[in-house]
Amino acid sequence: MSTWKVACLIAAKDLRVERRSKIVTNQVLPFAGITMVSFAFALDKQNVLDTVAPGLIWLATTFSLLILVQRSFSIETDDGALDAMRVAGIDARAIFLGKAMALAVQLLVLEILLLFAAVVFYGESIQSSGAQGPVLAVVLLVTTLVSATCGLAAVGTLYGGLAAGFKGSETLLPLLTLPAVAPVLIGATKAVESAVGTAGAVVSEGWQWVGLLAVFAVAFGIGGALAFGPLIDE
Amino acid sequence: MTTIDPARTELQPSEPQPSRRSTGTRATRLVGIGCITAMGWLVAFGLGFSPADRDQKESVRILYVHVPTIWLAYLAFVVTAVSSGLYLFTKKQSLGWDRAAGASAEIGVAFVAVTLAVGSLWGRLTWGVFWQWDARLTTTALLFVTYIGYLAVRRLGGSHQQRAKRSAVLGMIAVVEIPLVHFSVKMWRSLLAEALVANLDGDLRWTGSCCSASSSASSPSRSCTSG
Repeated sequence: MSTWKVACLIAAKDLRVERRSKIVTNQVLPFAGITMVSFAFALDKQNVLDTVAPGLIWLATTFSLLILVQRSFSIETDDGALDAMRVAGIDARAIFLGKAMALAVQLLVLEILLLFAAVVFYGESIQSSGAQGPVLAVVLLVTTLVSATCGLAAVGTLYGGLAAGFKGSETLLPLLTLPAVAPVLIGATKAVESAVGTAGAVVSEGWQWVGLLAVFAVAFGIGGALAFGPLIDE
Repeated sequence: MTTIDPARTELQPSEPQPSRRSTGTRATRLVGIGCITAMGWLVAFGLGFSPADRDQKESVRILYVHVPTIWLAYLAFVVTAVSSGLYLFTKKQSLGWDRAAGASAEIGVAFVAVTLAVGSLWGRLTWGVFWQWDARLTTTALLFVTYIGYLAVRRLGGSHQQRAKRSAVLGMIAVVEIPLVHFSVKMWRSLLAEALVANLDGDLRWTGSCCSASSSASSPSRSCTSG
């Protein structure tokens, strides 16, 4: 079976486990929601919230990523499933890609809901000025979401695999992941600012940040797939 | 009457002898002498011969420590990455490379900590605040945290080989942050000036260069002698 086919099977397995356990819907989504509300309590000024909303969306996403990664690897390590997959001869690259794909799907759903939360709680709206109207802004927003999600999922899976099954991995994971995803946090925030027109930002300014996000996602995707084997092997 | 021979009582071959052998070698002694000389040179040039800067006044002397320490930290992290690569990609997978990578990362973290500490002192004198959310400062802080994470990974459980593999992968990924830190000044139009070191268009005067060189020379010597 090809690597891609195995990766798709692993991704489908992970998503099936999450659908049945409902941990993402019952715990992670409410956590992300309460984080957005807490930001509003802490900042407590509409004009401040308007300005910082894109950053808050990505901060809430990053915090939720940590929970999702821990969850993703705890289902593997609790029953020694990761070792079982390796013993069964499954390629480490397929495991990495499969877990990253499942994580990316969950993150994408979460980000869309957080965007809606930003519209409701912070009064954000898509930029409608310019020759093309809101179309280009929507394209920028979608491209940003997809490229940033791929980068976050790749980093999360790589470091999740590194810390999986060890004592203290819960505290180690944020220490490793947060500095690594800082470029995504910066790039995605700037791109979303351009899409929603924060502080006079225009859509054309956002594309260079999407480029950075795409490079980051490709680098960590390839690097992670190659490095995952040595990381999880005993 | 029996007499006791003092020479016999002093040296009994069965008793354990206190070791008088030093752990130092000829090379480490030379490095130590070089370190003391370079430190003396640094103090003389940094505090005596070098004039105060026209704009920054006396606070420029902080830079004679600040700039070399970050370059040494970069060097230490590159050594970590190279050693990690040699561990991962050589057939023998010698744990010596792993230990070299870990020791170099510890030195690098210490030097980044010094860079951040003296940099914030310089910032207080120049900008009036200890910390600015500037691109170079923020990325340097991220580099510091990344290598703290690297050292934490080295302390995770598992076999030596397992630990070596994990930390080697991380060591090779983390080094990518160095160009991000160094070129962040250009990428984000930072508050800080562009680098003068390794810049042909720079106007760093020879006394400043002497201070930087002596600081650089004394710093690795310190790490060699202490490590």
